[in-house]
Amino acid sequence: MKDAFSVFITGVGGQGIILASELLSEVSLKAGFDVKKSEVHGMAQRGGSVVSTVRFGDKIHSPLISPGEADVVLAFEPLEALRTLHFSKPSGKVVVNSRPVMPATVASGMATYPKDVFEQIKKVVPDVVVVDGMALAKEAGTVRAVNVVLLGALSNYLPFKQETWEEVIKERIPPKYLDANLRAFNNGRNVINV
Amino acid sequence: MGEKVLLSGNEAIARGAYEAGFHFASAYPGTPSTEILETIAELYSDTIKCQWTPNEKVAVEVAIGAAFGGARSMSAMKHVGVNVAADPLFTLSETGVNGAFVLVSADDPGMHSSQNEQDNRRYAKFAKLVLIEPSDSQEAKDYVKFAAEISEKFDLPAILRIGTRICHSKSIVELGEREEIPIKEYIPDIQKRVVIPSHARILHKKLEERLKALKEFSSKVPINRIEEGDFTYNGKKIGILTSGISYQYAKEIFPNATILKLGMSWPFPDKLAKKFCDQVDEIWIIEENEPFLEEELKIASLGDKLTIGKNKIPLCNELNPGIIREAILGEVPELPTVDISKLPKRPPVLCPGCPHRGLFYIANKLKLHGTTDIGCYTLGVIPPLNQGETCICMGASIGIAHGLGVAQGKEFGKKVLAYIGDSTFIHSGLTGMTNLAYNKGNAVICLLDNSTTAMTGHQPHAGTGIDILGELTYKINYSEVADALGINRVYRTDAYNLEEIQDALKAATDTDEAAVIINEGRCILLDWRELDIVPFQVDQEKCTACEICIKVGCPAISKDPETGKAIIDEMLCAGNHCTICQQVCPFDAINPVRPIVEQAGKNS
Repeated sequence: MKDAFSVFITGVGGQGIILASELLSEVSLKAGFDVKKSEVHGMAQRGGSVVSTVRFGDKIHSPLISPGEADVVLAFEPLEALRTLHFSKPSGKVVVNSRPVMPATVASGMATYPKDVFEQIKKVVPDVVVVDGMALAKEAGTVRAVNVVLLGALSNYLPFKQETWEEVIKERIPPKYLDANLRAFNNGRNVINV
Repeated sequence: MGEKVLLSGNEAIARGAYEAGFHFASAYPGTPSTEILETIAELYSDTIKCQWTPNEKVAVEVAIGAAFGGARSMSAMKHVGVNVAADPLFTLSETGVNGAFVLVSADDPGMHSSQNEQDNRRYAKFAKLVLIEPSDSQEAKDYVKFAAEISEKFDLPAILRIGTRICHSKSIVELGEREEIPIKEYIPDIQKRVVIPSHARILHKKLEERLKALKEFSSKVPINRIEEGDFTYNGKKIGILTSGISYQYAKEIFPNATILKLGMSWPFPDKLAKKFCDQVDEIWIIEENEPFLEEELKIASLGDKLTIGKNKIPLCNELNPGIIREAILGEVPELPTVDISKLPKRPPVLCPGCPHRGLFYIANKLKLHGTTDIGCYTLGVIPPLNQGETCICMGASIGIAHGLGVAQGKEFGKKVLAYIGDSTFIHSGLTGMTNLAYNKGNAVICLLDNSTTAMTGHQPHAGTGIDILGELTYKINYSEVADALGINRVYRTDAYNLEEIQDALKAATDTDEAAVIINEGRCILLDWRELDIVPFQVDQEKCTACEICIKVGCPAISKDPETGKAIIDEMLCAGNHCTICQQVCPFDAINPVRPIVEQAGKNS
């Protein structure tokens, strides 16, 4: 793989974004790639917008993704997808969780949540996959595995074997929640294959 | 070949300290540096003694003592922490060390979690420390050892300068074994370590001699290297001078360029830079924030071929490859366009159940002035709570509140609240409180005691009675401290009891002397997993859409867009462990979703 592959992950603090990018990085390492990931802690959490970037390939220099460079934008929240869409290549892919999380500015009535988010996304990046992460996580047995469902959906567009994903999930998820997370991963992976 | 693992820069530095045989590490938490000490405490505390200290100055002083005592020592802090620690640092270069002393300065280009964008490379030159700059996690680990060796070889403190994109980026690191370094002998040496003027004059001369030798050395170290390349631009052979994370961005965009990559960037390697300049037609300098390398190149009289530096590369904000590409090549990618300015913002907010919320709500209602400080509670400034009119640095809230009263008079002064967290108070608030009493100010210090250093991820401190390893230790008693410093009016309030808070605020702001309100409530996240939470709900029959509960600014409460009535997100609500919204509702419309069974130990 000559060029770097860039995944831009975006969402709201507390949604499990850091763990998702952690798992993706570990899979990249296990698959034999050079890999770098970057994110911001502290003030960016506490319910604020959060992004994490993961890049893998033969040799990776920058951990950051510049606007227009992401091969895939993985969005845990629709509004955050819209906010960071300019990081996508015009020919890139957007995998987006369907469930909105209202920002404090909307909850208090100071702003309104945009209507037709998905149409707006499609207008600029046509290749969009919408995933009901919550429903699929519930079906798998835990509402906390939305991040793993979304990784499953993302995995369809990455050059990694299912076994490698499963190996990493087994290493990183406590045994108590493992089965539900493996089911969650497969639910995400399958929904797009259909 | 050692095992290859993914490590953040912070984890890699902790590992580097372990492998390089360090014996001691100290820090005060601060984003983006915090995980360095956390990792040492978690993984390497068998071999590296470690401490959270009240502030960065103390961290450095203990580490200086350890270094004088022959141990390899490290202090880690965020960039502004170095300001606090600057006093001992400037003299340490004079005295020199014994065992190594490495200061890790974690800068924050882009100010993701900081109040300013200072470039601490300038400290190296100002305080005369060796400056080491890694560009990824592998180098972060390896350069710790290099920094220790050079510190001991040249009898100088070293500064390992990193930034957010080193600290919080992960990349592959090959692990090594720990090298056991014996603790050196401690021989008292008054001429060297007691800096009375007659000693210091001699020490300063000796320091300049060591720096001269170090400058020669800088052109020979392998971590300063010329990477040969054949990249030309407009027919000219280009040479790029760079260091730190900027090196990675330069390689990303110009993989075939000739590059002078500096791992040890001060003292600047004049001779190596001369050799580099002779090889190329034009020099480009790619560096984040200040024109540090640019100035050094010019001071070395090597600036003739310089065509791109801060004339093109932005000084403000962090860099990324896209910014550099646009600045140098004028390439702007064709981007998918969405008008981001019209989207609702999503700033960080105080968590549901946060113990700071109640006091902020009452203070807002009473229309008091507030100066705020560094911590989660800085978020109180965001509407609808609107608490905090100034924020400068750790501990400043108290002095500023005091000064506002000096300028605006006693009547104004008594209505000014200084918001300060427990950890920040111990860091830098004690002296402000002393002064407020001593110089008879009448501001009200609101000590927001949530029993932790919350914003940086819940580190214990001297007010928690727990040390870095989780062991029990002595605990500061704030009301006794206030009393001992000369504050007569001290109120202790339950952070979840609005009536109590209102009474205290009214009493404290109605007097001509200084007062302290210790508002006690554990950070809700400390116990979140163990809490038996019964969330609250809004009775839609009783709710009149008066929006009073909206004004407490809780992320769990929102306005139903159809009816305008309040609704509570049960997934977020801290319910029985908070009750603030229930207390403010005039219509008794907010109640638990199911009966509350009392849980022992709440807020104890």
